Amino acid sequence: MSLASSVAPAPRVRVTSHPWVRFGVRRLGRLLVSLWVLITASFLMIHLIPGDPVRAALGPTAPATLVAAKREEMGLDDPILVQYWHYLQNLFTGDLGTSMISQLPVSDIVAQRLPATLSLALLAFICAVVVAVPLGVTMGVLTRRGHGRRTELGFTTTSVIIGIIPDFLIAVGLVYVFGVSLGWLPVAGNDTPSSYILPVFALMIGPAAILSRIIRVEMVAVLEADFIRTARAKRIPARSLYLGHALPNALTASLTLGGLILGSMVAATVLVENVFAWPGLGSTIVSSILNKDYQVVQAIVIVYGATVLIVNTLVDVALALLDPRSMIRED
Amino acid sequence: MRQLKSVLRTPLGLTATLLTIGVLVLAVIAPILWTDDADAIDTSNILAPPSAEHWAGTDNLGRDIFYRTLVATRLSVELALAATAIAVVVGLLLGTAAFLLGRRGGRLVNAGINIAVAFPGILLALFFAVIFGVGATGAVLAIGMAGAPAFGRLTQTLVAGIAARDFVAAAQVAGVGRLRILLRHVLPNIGEPLAVNATISAGGALLAFAGLSFLGLGVQQPTYDWGRLLFDGISSIYVNPWAALVPGFAVIIAGLAFNLFGESVAKALGVGVVGGIPKLPSVAAHLDDVEPVEDTRHSTDDVVLDVRNLRVTFPGVRGPIRPVRGISFAVRRGEAIGVVGESGSGKSLTALAISRLVDDSGRVEADRLELLGDDLRAADSKAQRQMLGTSLAMVFQDPMTSFNPTQRMGRQLAESSRHHQGLSKKDALERAVDRLRSVRITEPEKRAHQYPHEFSGGMRQRAMIGMGLMGTPALIVADEPTTALDVTVQQQVLDLLASIREADDVALILISHDVTVVGEVCDRVLVMYAGRIVEDLRAADLAAAQHPYTRALMAAVPDMHTDLDQPLAVIPGRPVDPSDVPEGCAYAARCPLASARCRTEDPALVADAAGHRVACWHAGEPLPLEIEDRELEEAEAS
Repeated sequence: MSLASSVAPAPRVRVTSHPWVRFGVRRLGRLLVSLWVLITASFLMIHLIPGDPVRAALGPTAPATLVAAKREEMGLDDPILVQYWHYLQNLFTGDLGTSMISQLPVSDIVAQRLPATLSLALLAFICAVVVAVPLGVTMGVLTRRGHGRRTELGFTTTSVIIGIIPDFLIAVGLVYVFGVSLGWLPVAGNDTPSSYILPVFALMIGPAAILSRIIRVEMVAVLEADFIRTARAKRIPARSLYLGHALPNALTASLTLGGLILGSMVAATVLVENVFAWPGLGSTIVSSILNKDYQVVQAIVIVYGATVLIVNTLVDVALALLDPRSMIRED
Repeated sequence: MRQLKSVLRTPLGLTATLLTIGVLVLAVIAPILWTDDADAIDTSNILAPPSAEHWAGTDNLGRDIFYRTLVATRLSVELALAATAIAVVVGLLLGTAAFLLGRRGGRLVNAGINIAVAFPGILLALFFAVIFGVGATGAVLAIGMAGAPAFGRLTQTLVAGIAARDFVAAAQVAGVGRLRILLRHVLPNIGEPLAVNATISAGGALLAFAGLSFLGLGVQQPTYDWGRLLFDGISSIYVNPWAALVPGFAVIIAGLAFNLFGESVAKALGVGVVGGIPKLPSVAAHLDDVEPVEDTRHSTDDVVLDVRNLRVTFPGVRGPIRPVRGISFAVRRGEAIGVVGESGSGKSLTALAISRLVDDSGRVEADRLELLGDDLRAADSKAQRQMLGTSLAMVFQDPMTSFNPTQRMGRQLAESSRHHQGLSKKDALERAVDRLRSVRITEPEKRAHQYPHEFSGGMRQRAMIGMGLMGTPALIVADEPTTALDVTVQQQVLDLLASIREADDVALILISHDVTVVGEVCDRVLVMYAGRIVEDLRAADLAAAQHPYTRALMAAVPDMHTDLDQPLAVIPGRPVDPSDVPEGCAYAARCPLASARCRTEDPALVADAAGHRVACWHAGEPLPLEIEDRELEEAEAS
């Protein structure tokens, strides 16, 4: 069996460790570059606004001396590269500036508001996955080749429509039905556990529809694979066939989308938070934009963006661990 | 245009088209007709609930919500289209930049696009909303810019696809400038998908705009779009919920309309005309007129597999298709049967049918179908699954795709023993290692812990055979087991099958298009053509085959005496399409001996005294030599 011995372990170790290092370096590099772009963009934001941001924030009636003092304090009169340097320095020490409206340190505002947003996003993501995976798998089995054309049409149509309706409109509908008409559930704030129900539902239903549709398509494709025929030839029970053989192979592709959904879920909270007066970053960024409280906006943009980037990176790593081939595919 | 018409044929496509037209018409006429009604202030009737006069009630100035929603259609649609236009234009610039700037500059732009698309649209929109300021103009720019990276990515992909085509390369070689190539050759070819995607994103922009206006960042009073109405309505949702719900519905309907219309057009253009749903009709009468062919040999106790008049039918777009049309044979203990035929002759489907693995959209019928005396036509039962799982081993054609890539090999082998023999995980794995060793895989303990991609093709095929040996197989069905393998490993796999057969008296059905392989390994050969057995003979008699098709297969095999300067013999004509089987003998069209009778009457499979079965009106007649020569010339010409 010269064939077997030619695949000796020694060269393989080199082959397996090498891509991991390359993958790690490349992925980390991409994260850092993206973060740098994000931070720079948020720095430039203030400078791209037409007119004087301080004057805009304080209003046309504010005395010129106050505006000048504030500009001085923010260093807006320094050369732009100097400002950039200070901005980066401050960012690394956790100093995100001071709110022009509330005079509170921006880092305090973010720290106070972030948990509410993250818990909402995370909970909604978990619910979406918990609903989407069984639904997608079931639909995939029911609509595998040559089966359930009507079911497929009904499911696809429904999930496409649900997937298109934006979360904040679903939220408005939920407020009307469960808050206004029935009065069953709280529609504002996050004081009780039950106040999570409606915002989480509004956030998860669209992603769940999209994710379950993708999982169905993946399942249908996987069920066509040769190795499923092999597994069927072993005459194992249907449960082992679908959950043991088909699902793991359908999930690797679905996970990529799941990761994107998790990333965007954080940002999707912006609108839903505003419907439910949720005390998170979403309601803060909107009020700050309206109040022209730019330093708060800058900070929250960075927090959102960085969260998305970090989540995407973690998902890529998780994918690489689950399916080492995805690492190579990125080359 | 014909493709676009097919959009209207699906219920969803028709609805979406009508809705889109409705929204566009409303956008044009609503402000002309109802602006006065929408702006009429009635302070005596503030925040009223729906009534006959005000269908959706009134707002905080007593203005009619329903009319305001209708009138807002124009602004909402206009803003969405403007934002989409910005997204498309900026996206086109970004996406074609890579093509125009050449390698280095293009890479930079692409990297920028890739970073930008990583951020959710809402975040980009908020970012640009800050820069461009609160208000309708700012929001149009913000949503347009937020959509641009995605369009850039799309354009970039499309351009790259077109740029790789020959005519672009030809233009480049001819010295045509990049801009000119882009305008003349590339853009016209990507216009269609871009337009479709623009329609879809117009729906998205409409929804996004409603979102921004809803946050108070979009349209400002006194002008109003749907999002603004929603923003105003939600604050009074406890007093008159319809003030929020009606504009909300309008947004959803319009957003869905654009989106689904775009999707339907995309589907129509991409997939072509989608016909109706093919139903599974009862088998047409002419398919049933195939006479059951009796296997004249008597079943004896040592028969492992007994097949009588096996038929497999699939639903087709134009009526049922029957790729296996009534075949009968028996396999005895330890016997090796080869099944040969061209692709499409139904040999693989026969293998699947006798192993109960035909996709359940297909229908398997037979007068008798027994494995070890167990009726395989009976409903699926646990006992039967166990019997099949342990007594029947399958070896499939492509070992590269026949293993689950996410499971270790040992586990895949052990699985059947865990289910059918009740072995513990550990015992089943031990058995798997033992079987891997028995199929001559070195270091089986280590190999069992590896994944399929760490095995070579030949090793995988041997492991597949090992998997079949986890039980106590009485029959191995091997469907083209060596076709996907290197010539050097083909022999190993065949030798392995032969040695297993000898050692345990296991019967073997070897399916192959290669008549020499079959002749070498098997005792008997079944020759299949167009879903039927045309000849059943001892492998030793292959050289004395009687059916013209078998003789043609044999003649196509080069041997020691073949003059390699001459082109290899081929069988002229094409195999029969299972959805269109001709009347009479299916081989008649390609047969040098075909007579008028062959074209009208299908010959039955008849056995001679020695058990040699053949289905031909002209069995054993000498082939006309001149025809063979002509065939050779034809082959040379083609």
